Amino acid sequence: MAAKWMSVAEVKQQILESSAEELTANYLETINKSKINGYITVSDKALEQAKKIDIEGLKGPLAGVPIAIKDNISVKGLPNSCGSKMLKNYIPPFNAHVIEKLLEAGAVILGKTNMDEFAMGSSTESSYFGPTLNPWDLERVPGGSSGGSAAVVAAGEAPFALGSDTGGSVRCPAAFCGVVGLKPTYGAVSRYGAVAYANSLEQIGPLANNVSDIAVLMDVIAGPDARDSTSAPNAKPEYQAALKADIKGLRIGVPKEYFGEGINPGVEKAVWAAIQRCEELGAFWEEVSMPHTKYALASYYIIAMSEASSNLARFDGTRYGFRAEGETWHSLISKTRAEGFGAEVKRRILLGTYALSAGYHDKYYLKALKVRSLVKQDFEKALGKVDVLMAPTMPNPAFKLGERLEDPLSLYLSDVNTVPINLAGVPSLSLPCGFTAGLPVGLQIIGKPFEEPTLLQTAYTFEQNTDYHNKRPPEVV
Amino acid sequence: MITKEDVEHIGWLARIEISEPEKAEYMEKLNSVLDSFEQLDEVETKAVPPTYHVLELYNVWREDEPLESLPQAEVLANTEHKQEGAFRVPRIG
Repeated sequence: MAAKWMSVAEVKQQILESSAEELTANYLETINKSKINGYITVSDKALEQAKKIDIEGLKGPLAGVPIAIKDNISVKGLPNSCGSKMLKNYIPPFNAHVIEKLLEAGAVILGKTNMDEFAMGSSTESSYFGPTLNPWDLERVPGGSSGGSAAVVAAGEAPFALGSDTGGSVRCPAAFCGVVGLKPTYGAVSRYGAVAYANSLEQIGPLANNVSDIAVLMDVIAGPDARDSTSAPNAKPEYQAALKADIKGLRIGVPKEYFGEGINPGVEKAVWAAIQRCEELGAFWEEVSMPHTKYALASYYIIAMSEASSNLARFDGTRYGFRAEGETWHSLISKTRAEGFGAEVKRRILLGTYALSAGYHDKYYLKALKVRSLVKQDFEKALGKVDVLMAPTMPNPAFKLGERLEDPLSLYLSDVNTVPINLAGVPSLSLPCGFTAGLPVGLQIIGKPFEEPTLLQTAYTFEQNTDYHNKRPPEVV
Repeated sequence: MITKEDVEHIGWLARIEISEPEKAEYMEKLNSVLDSFEQLDEVETKAVPPTYHVLELYNVWREDEPLESLPQAEVLANTEHKQEGAFRVPRIG
């Protein structure tokens, strides 16, 4: 049996029947034949790691189960390029917190997945290593920035994967590739070892073919970590305990602002059909209003760019990564950054620098932080009345490669339904809920802080009563 | 409105060398994004406090005890430019 589209439970069964080594070999064979450019690096240590797990007697909840990791999460000994020329030869000397947890659980790292450069983008086209292709239509983008992680899961090249989500970077590619993706509550998963882009907004999050596997991964990676000072000290829930097929009495809020101008009619139809399906399953829905939604995009981009201009200052060619020739200290650094960063990364650093510079700080940065408070209040009010919010993850299905490359603003606009969630820090899950013109549509389910179990239960119930998660992309079957 | 001089100034602040032809392109693209940010001026925020991040966490410290660091050889492993256990860089100035 080819190692394609198995749930984690099926993978574990297969390992018992054969071995972790054979299972990993099957995945590596599938990856070898790939048409989608989902991996930047395939691990040369995966088979050895699997063999060791066989010998040690399959210890841990993920013993021998392979996983793909976005190329901005540090795995000791494997390149961590962040999709950039700047870090193409950088090999981290340490593991991220989530990687330590995965290795303790017995997981096998298959490789590092493609992404928009430094996670800045919604299409994976800004990668130095070329775009990843959408398995559903090879002429279209997989979404981004965790496009590689979503595409390899959709193409059966890994059972599940980790991505990171700063303004939608897990949920957007999950929606475009027809897989499940979760952005956890800010602070639920340690960011130690994830390369920072905008650290007040981002979280590491799982992508998988079904809701159960998201819960399996969260049980392994979530929880406090002293090395991330924004890691929440809350007791960690048992995520898998939430997998109950029951949403009787659930109160759903439908924010009208998330169905705004420019929404694709096919997306709108699929999302409303999903909300109605939930109603048939015993939930109630009502319309809610979140009046500051239209300001979220500008607030988000100012904050993200400002934080990026500070975070990315560390890439100067002096200690690791790309280094240009330069006669003096300043010329070496300025040339390294001019040649090592791509166009979109430079635009965001320059805009962030401007927004923080003397005379503009209050007009842009401080203003954006105040608007952020208002966006957050919208969520507190809406989620005070209902248990979850439902909306389209993306206003449109996957677009064609190259279509939005030259105009940064048109690309930013597609993030309109995902960025408010990061400003507010609440959890949000994207779930396959239908198709339009043969392309997957994602339903976004948003919850209260640290109430991921409610999101998982809602998504699991929908999944158990529909068949969208069993549909496979024709291009790669 | 960002001028050519502004582009040169923020390029210097951000330590990104910008060529002559790039300056015009940056002016156009950065201004179109900044124009879209003007929308925030409509929002009344006089009495609104800023949100730097969403968690109610303040002064997260640990005990002041030394922890193990990475070995020097591993820290230097990602560069060819090293000398006597230190990073080698050009002179400042």
